[in-house]
Amino acid sequence: MPDAAFQPRIVAFFCNWCTYTAADLAGVSRFKYAPNVRVVRLMCSGRVDPQFILSAFSQGADGVLIGGCHIGDCHYSEGNLKTLRRFQMLRRLLRGLGIDERRLRLEWISAAEGDKVRVIVNEMTEQLRALGPLGLPGRFEEWDREAGRTEAEAAGSEAREEAAHA
Amino acid sequence: MNAGAGTEIRTGFYICHCGQNIAGVVDCPAVAEYVARLPSVVVSRDYKYMCSDPGQELIKQDIREHNLNRIVVASCSPLLHEHTFRHAVEAGGLNPFLFQMVNIREHDSWVHTDHAAATEKAKALAYAAVRRVRFHTALETKRVSVHPDVLVVGGGIAGIHASLTLANAGKKVFLVEREPSIGGHMAKFDKTFPTLDCAACILTPKMSAVGAHENITLWSYSEVVKVEGYVGNYQVTVKRKPRYVNEELCIGCQECIRACVYKEAKFPDEFNVGMGKRKPIYIPFPQAVPQVVVIDPARCLQVKSGKCKQTCVEACADRRAIDFTQREELVQIKVGNIIVTTGFKLFDAKRIPQYGYGVYPNVVTSIELERLVTSSGPTGGELLLRDGRTPQSVAFILCVGSRDYRTNRWCSRTCCMHSMKLAQLVREHTGADVTVFYLDIRAPGKGCEEFYDKSLKDGIQFVRGRVAEVTDWAVTPEEEGKLVIRAEDTLAGLVRRIPVDMIVLAVGMEPQSDAQDLRRLFNMSCGTEGWFLEKHPKLAPVSTFTDGVFIAGCCQGPKDIPDSIAQAGAAAAEAMALIDRGYIEQEPNTAYVVEEDCSGCKSCIPICPYTAITFDEAKAKACINPALCKGCGTCVAACPSGSIRQHLFEDEEIMSEIEGVLSHA
Amino acid sequence: MPKPRIAIYWCASCGGCEEAFVDMAEGIVGVLEAVDIAFWPVALDFKKSDVRALPDKGLFAAFVNGAVRTSEQEEMARLLRRKSRHLIAYGACACSGGIPGLANLFTREQLLRFVYEDAPTVSNAAKTRPQTACMDDGRELELPELRNVVRTLDQVVEVDYYVPGCPPTPKMTQEAIGALLSGKLPARGAVLAPDMALCSECPRRSSKPTDLAFKAFRRPHEALIDPQKCLLAQGVVCMGPATRAGCDAACPAGNMPCTGCMGPTSRVRDQGAKMLSSLCASISARDDAAIGSVLDGIPDPVGTFYRYGLPKSLIRRKADLPAQEAAVP
Repeated sequence: MPDAAFQPRIVAFFCNWCTYTAADLAGVSRFKYAPNVRVVRLMCSGRVDPQFILSAFSQGADGVLIGGCHIGDCHYSEGNLKTLRRFQMLRRLLRGLGIDERRLRLEWISAAEGDKVRVIVNEMTEQLRALGPLGLPGRFEEWDREAGRTEAEAAGSEAREEAAHA
Repeated sequence: MNAGAGTEIRTGFYICHCGQNIAGVVDCPAVAEYVARLPSVVVSRDYKYMCSDPGQELIKQDIREHNLNRIVVASCSPLLHEHTFRHAVEAGGLNPFLFQMVNIREHDSWVHTDHAAATEKAKALAYAAVRRVRFHTALETKRVSVHPDVLVVGGGIAGIHASLTLANAGKKVFLVEREPSIGGHMAKFDKTFPTLDCAACILTPKMSAVGAHENITLWSYSEVVKVEGYVGNYQVTVKRKPRYVNEELCIGCQECIRACVYKEAKFPDEFNVGMGKRKPIYIPFPQAVPQVVVIDPARCLQVKSGKCKQTCVEACADRRAIDFTQREELVQIKVGNIIVTTGFKLFDAKRIPQYGYGVYPNVVTSIELERLVTSSGPTGGELLLRDGRTPQSVAFILCVGSRDYRTNRWCSRTCCMHSMKLAQLVREHTGADVTVFYLDIRAPGKGCEEFYDKSLKDGIQFVRGRVAEVTDWAVTPEEEGKLVIRAEDTLAGLVRRIPVDMIVLAVGMEPQSDAQDLRRLFNMSCGTEGWFLEKHPKLAPVSTFTDGVFIAGCCQGPKDIPDSIAQAGAAAAEAMALIDRGYIEQEPNTAYVVEEDCSGCKSCIPICPYTAITFDEAKAKACINPALCKGCGTCVAACPSGSIRQHLFEDEEIMSEIEGVLSHA
Repeated sequence: MPKPRIAIYWCASCGGCEEAFVDMAEGIVGVLEAVDIAFWPVALDFKKSDVRALPDKGLFAAFVNGAVRTSEQEEMARLLRRKSRHLIAYGACACSGGIPGLANLFTREQLLRFVYEDAPTVSNAAKTRPQTACMDDGRELELPELRNVVRTLDQVVEVDYYVPGCPPTPKMTQEAIGALLSGKLPARGAVLAPDMALCSECPRRSSKPTDLAFKAFRRPHEALIDPQKCLLAQGVVCMGPATRAGCDAACPAGNMPCTGCMGPTSRVRDQGAKMLSSLCASISARDDAAIGSVLDGIPDPVGTFYRYGLPKSLIRRKADLPAQEAAVP
C-alpha cells in the first residue's frame, strides 16, 4: 500500500536552454504542480555527471529527473545525445544495484513545454509515492548498525579473554 | 577585494517578496530567519523588491558594512535578473561571480499552492545556494568583438525594413531571400487595410531602395545552409541557386522572355498563386527586385535536355547575361548578428474539405481574391467568376483553419481586417452583395474599428457563426447554379442556407513548412505551434535564446504589416546595440583542463561538438581552446579522471547544491 | 634506538597482498633492516596477545589488507588502529572493497546457501553451516560472525594512508614504506600512488585515436586483441582512463584490459559512474534501440564498473537487500 503521506524527494537536473526555461514558463503560466522537486540548473543535460545522480540517491533522493532539449534541438548540438546514452546505461546499472529504474527519469522538455514540466513532475511524484521511499541514508545507517555494535562487544570480549589469560 | 583561499566566508542572503508574487505563498521572513542560522551567513534579510534600486542598494551597503564576500539572492528566475544582481554585487565591490541566485518564484511560489511546502522548498533551495556559493571564485568575463555586418534572412516586408534600417545606419547587410525576388506576401497585395493605400505604392520604393543600397548585398534565389559560431562572430554559408542569368549583366529588358522558344506563357505563375501563366524564363513580377530574369530549371528545355535553340541567348546578344553554365554556389560570410524574418505560409484550404476548395472553382482563398482584384493580376483587376460572369453575390468565410482545435488553435489576427478590405474592394469592383461569416470580429488596430464601421455602412452583411459546409446542391430555385453556404446564425438563432456566386476563404497563417529546419539552423526554439520563440513574450519580443539571433515579422507569430515593421525596426535596433558597443561579454562558464592531472587518455576529445578540445602531442595532454568552448560541460562530466573542470559549474559547486537540497529535511 | 615496529595483517583477502610483500624480493632485506616486524600472522608466528601487549601507538605502522567482513576482522582492525601510529589500507580490498566487495550484491543467506549447499562441487547433505558458537567435548568453541555487509577498512576505522592495487606492486610498497620511514608524507588520508589516470603510463596510449566512437563492446574472450593498439580502440572496455596509474599498466602490457583495481583519482568520488559517463558518451549509436544493442556488449555493468570498488562506491551495496538477516543458526 503506498503511503499517501510520503513526500518523495526529487532532484532535477535541468538544462538552461530548454527544460529550465520550460519550468520558468510553467511558473509564468501559473501551472500548479507537486512541490517535491528541487531543480539544479546546468547549462546542458550533458553536464549531468552520473556521479551527481548516484550522489543524489545516496543522500536521500527518492527520484532523479533529468530534463534536456529534444533530440536534434540541443543548444550545444548533441549534449543531450550523450545524456541519453549515459542514461540508458545508468538504468541498467541501477537495476544491478537494486534501485528501481523508474526512479531515474530522462525527459526532453522544450522551452515551450511549460505544461509538460507540470505533467512530468506530478507523474513522477505519484510514481515515487507508489514505489515508496528509497531512503539510502537510512539504509546505510541500518547496514552499519552491525559494525557499530562490535565496539562494546569487542571491549567486552577483550576483557574476557584477558581475564582468561591472566 | 575578492575572497581568496583561506579567507573566512561571509555570506549575505536576501529573499525577495516580489510584492505578493513570492510572499503570498512563501513565508519570506521565516526563510530569512532559517538562513540566518546557517554557517557562514552573516546577514540574512527579506525585502519587498530586491530588484528595485533600494533592494540593490541593500546588497551594496551590506557588502561594505559587513565585509561580505558571498551573496545569495532568492527571488525570480536567474534568466531574468541574474545580470541585475551580479551588477549590484560588482557595484558593491565584489567580483560578480561570487553570487548565486535562487529561483523561488517561477519554480516555487508561482507553481505551488501549499504554503508550508513551498516555504520548505524555498529553504532547501536557499540552503543549497548558501552551500554552493562557498565554492564560487572570482571570475573575469571575456570580451569578444562583434563583427559589424548583419545577415537578414527573408526578404518580405520585415526583412526589407530591417535591412534598410541597418543599412541607413551605415551597417553592411546581407539580405538572403529564397525566391527570385524580394517582396514577400506584401508584394501580392492590392491594397492594405485600414487605409486602403496601394501595397505596391508603399512597398516598391522600399524594394528598390534595397536593390540600390550600397550597404546591402542582396542575394535572392539563395538559402542559408549552415550557421556556425556565436554572437558577434557567426560564419554563415549561403547556397546561391543557379538562376542561369548573370545578375551583374542582366538589365531586366526582358527581351529574352519575348524571344523564348515557348511563344506562349504556359506554366503556372507563382506570383499569381498559379492563376496566371509564365514562361520558363521569366521575371517574377514587374516590380521585382532584383530586376533580373530567372530561368526555371524544371521548365527550361536547355537546362532540362540541353537541346534548345537558345533564342534567349540570341536575344540577349552581346550582354551575354544568360549563362547556362551556372552551378549552385556556396558562399561563406561572416556576420555578428542575424535577423530572421522568414515569414509564414497560408493555411491549405483543402484541409477543410467541407468548404469545397479545389472542388468548386468559385471557392477561392483570400490571397487568390487579392490577385483577382489587383490590376497587376491575371485578370487585370477585373473580378470574374471562372465562367467569365461578374459575381452578383460573394461570401467570405473567416477563421478558415484558425481558432479551431482540429486545425490551428490560434487567431491569425489579420484575416478579419483583410477580409473586410477585400469585401470593400469586391463591392467597389462589382457592386455584388457581400456576406461575411465570422466568429468574432477582431479589429483592435489603429483605425480598424472605424474600418469595420465603414464596412457595415457600406452594406456588407455580417453573419455570426461557423460555416458548416459549402455545396452546389440546390434545394430551391434561387439556389440553382449557385454555391450554397450552410451556417448557423448564432445571433438569429437559426440555421441558414445562403446561395452565392463566389466564396472567399479567409485562410489563416501557419509557420513555414521548414520552420523546424530553420530553427535548428539558427539554434532557436519554437513554441508548440511552431512559431519561433522569443526570449521573453513581453520584455524581449524580438530576441531569441541564442544571443545575436533576432526574429521579426510573422515567423514569430501572425501579425499585420505595421507590427511586422515595428518588430523589424526593433530587431535592427537590437543588432545595432550590439554592433555599436563593439563587444560581447561572454559568460565565463568555459571548461578547462587541469594539466597536471590529465593523463592524456583522449576520452574528452571526440565529445566536444565545437572541436574546442585538442590533444597536445608534445605534452601528451588534452587542451581546451576557451574561445571555442561554449560551456556545455559535457566533457567535464565525461572526463574519467576528473581532470576537466568548468567555471561556474564546478563539481564541488553542483555536489554541494545536491547535498543542500537534500539535507534540508 | 630500537627500529620502528610494523604489523602486516589480512582481513577478507586472497593472500595476494601478502605475496606483494614477498615479491619485493631483495628489496625486503632493506625493509627488514629498517623495521622490526611485530605482527605478520600469515608469515610468522605471532599471536593477537602480542599486539595487545603493545602500548597504544606502539606500532609505527600497520598494513592491513582485505575487506572487512567478519566480527573478528572488525575487532582486529580496531585493535591495530589503536596500537599503530599509521594505519595503512593496503591493497584494493582494504581500500575500496575489492573482489570480496562484490558480495555486497547478495545477502549473507544467499552466499552461505550457495557456498555450503548449492555450489556444484559441494557435497553437504546435512547442510552443515558454520556456527558462531558450538560445544565440542564440553568446550565452547567460537567462530567469528559473518557480517551482512562487506566494508572497506575506512568504513570501520580511520585510515591514514591508502596503497591501492590488486595487489599493490612491490615498487609501490617499497615507496610507501620508504615514505613512511623518511617522514616525507603527504596529507593524511592520501593515496600513495600517482594521482593521474593509467593512460599516462600505458604503452598503448599513442595508438588511441582522438575520434573514438564505440560501435560495439567486446569482452576480452570475444576478441583477438591486438597487442599494440589501445584496448578501447578495439572495443574492449579498459578502465584505464578512470583508474590511477602506478602499476606501470601491467594488465594492458600483458594484453588484458585494465579492470580498475587501483581505484579512481582523488578528484573522482565514484569510479564506476565516471567510467560509465566517459564510455557511454562516446557510443556512436543515436537512437534508443541502437544504443541499447551497443550496451548489450557490457552484460554486467556493476561487475564491469565496480569490480574492485562496490563497497566504496556511492551506493555501496545492492540497495534492496535487507540490512539484517537472522544471524547464522
